[in-house]
Amino acid sequence: MSDAAGTQLPDEGGAVIALEGYLAFEGAGALWEDLHARLGLGGEAAPRAATIDLSRVEGADGGVLALLIQLRDLAKRRGAAVDLVAPNDRVRALLDLYAERMGRPALHPPPCKQGILEQVGSFALRVHEELVAVLEFVGRAARASAAGLARPRSVPWPDVARLLERVGADGLPIVVLISFLIGLIIAFQSAVQLKQFGAEMLVANAVGLSITRELGPLMTAIIVAGRSGASYAAELGTMRVSEEVDALRTLGLDPYRHLVVPRLVALVIAMPLLAVLSDLLGVLGGFVVGVGQLGISPVAYIERTRQAIGLWDVGQGLIKSVVFGAAVGMIACERGLSTKGGAEGVGRSTTAAVVTSLFALVVLDAMFTIIFHLYGR
Amino acid sequence: MGHDAVIEVEGLTIGWGPVVLMRDLAFDVPRGEVFAILGGSGCGKSTLLRHLIGLEVPMAGRLAVLGRDPAACQGGRPPFGVLFQSGALLGSMTLGENVELPLRAWTALGPTARAAVVRAKLALVGLEGFENHLPAEISGGMKKRAGIARAMALDPSVLFLDEPSAGLDPISAVELDDLILTLSDSLGMTTVLVTHELPSIFKIATSCIMLDKGARGIIARGDPRALRDGSDDPRVRRFFNRQAAAAPVVGGGAG
Repeated sequence: MSDAAGTQLPDEGGAVIALEGYLAFEGAGALWEDLHARLGLGGEAAPRAATIDLSRVEGADGGVLALLIQLRDLAKRRGAAVDLVAPNDRVRALLDLYAERMGRPALHPPPCKQGILEQVGSFALRVHEELVAVLEFVGRAARASAAGLARPRSVPWPDVARLLERVGADGLPIVVLISFLIGLIIAFQSAVQLKQFGAEMLVANAVGLSITRELGPLMTAIIVAGRSGASYAAELGTMRVSEEVDALRTLGLDPYRHLVVPRLVALVIAMPLLAVLSDLLGVLGGFVVGVGQLGISPVAYIERTRQAIGLWDVGQGLIKSVVFGAAVGMIACERGLSTKGGAEGVGRSTTAAVVTSLFALVVLDAMFTIIFHLYGR
Repeated sequence: MGHDAVIEVEGLTIGWGPVVLMRDLAFDVPRGEVFAILGGSGCGKSTLLRHLIGLEVPMAGRLAVLGRDPAACQGGRPPFGVLFQSGALLGSMTLGENVELPLRAWTALGPTARAAVVRAKLALVGLEGFENHLPAEISGGMKKRAGIARAMALDPSVLFLDEPSAGLDPISAVELDDLILTLSDSLGMTTVLVTHELPSIFKIATSCIMLDKGARGIIARGDPRALRDGSDDPRVRRFFNRQAAAAPVVGGGAG
């Protein structure tokens, strides 16, 4: 059916432009350029009036007719009458169809380009809205948690158990592996330096302290943010866009108590447990290097580690990990429940949950380090 | 205001953010009616429903369901049941657990009694034996029926349905219509449904309002069959005629 030759334009003196054959969409680009030039729509000057004769057009694709209508309207807006005349019945039907619908104005104005000042302004407004939403979330979550504490029977404990398994037990292998390797790496790197002073024995101190105070809790929290934070946000986001959260509300059930509190509780319980495990595995990594590579006797390494690490060092890590757990849970649930739109919105929330969690973890860790340095030992 | 109105709406203005969708709506839904909210796509039907069930707060005006502000009912025992467009069953729970959820929260029934009620409610919608299925394991029509079972768990006197037959094949749609009709007839429930499926409207609705995007309000009200046959408003006639061709097809599907 497509007949590119049909779009040729026999010159009939400028006032009448006759088209012929089948006007296929494949030739629409050339036809558009050609008619544009003939009607004088390209320059600043007023376009020329013309009659486009369609009597010898056998048929046309809809897109070509849409372009002809567009050309006619363009010329009309600039003061020149362009008529589309003598189409056959099929072409007329299509022309009418397009002309009627193309005449309707857009329901929304096109998004206008913002200047830098406006962009800054709308960004500030968005940040303000987000902050208010976050504060509202924290308030509601705190209220639901307090209600859960006051009436522990109202907390859906079977959900907590299921989530604990997902957050804690299912996360064990990756926490074990990464913690062990981190311990190993720290031992290797510090051994290189300490060897220069003949102080290889201090590897046990370096590994023990850095793992229990900092890296155990922090690495665990980062892993949990990536695994469980992302899964919370995606799960709650999907529930939100599929109206499940609304359904809960219409059943008179508080989404905070039924969705947020179990997730927070699961994270706050699982995070310190995983952190303790991470501490043990990190120290084990150092032990393997110290005993296997540096020739320290196992008993001496363990004794050295025992002397280096106090209860407070492990306690610091545990305090951090409880707060990290609450932070990751809050951020992930907040992002999930504020999801808008469909699948894309769920993706955005998941990304935001992980990125915001990582940022919050590092900031919180820095704050803890300063506080413990100033007020602790 | 009707003496026995279950739902009363007066001067209601609704919208999203600064955008006003509908202005100054006023209508009553008498007890026992199957009341349809009609209108084309995007005219604000579902938004109106979200206001009626208390998920949105009106910009202006007053609305009462069973004499109470639905938004103020949030967090308490719900006086009505809602079926969402997708069924909105909780995906991590079985159908039985979904139906049990409101029973667990709002009744003093023990586990055995709850299980019996759950079985009865699922049987009511033709899903007996499906209590241990997950929502992902059943069809779209079954999800909606399970959604109705959950909405009816606490024996509400008003049931709201958002596009119940949307996305269903003609047979399932007719079956769902039959179910809604049976429930409202035998239980004397007031049913409010949002839809643009005329076949089901003519079959089950006893009265309706028609919303129009351009008019930002109600352009017709009354018995849908009477409106179809006798309305002078070209918008109303266009709405009914546009879908008239679809009606016999689905009606025929019912056998």
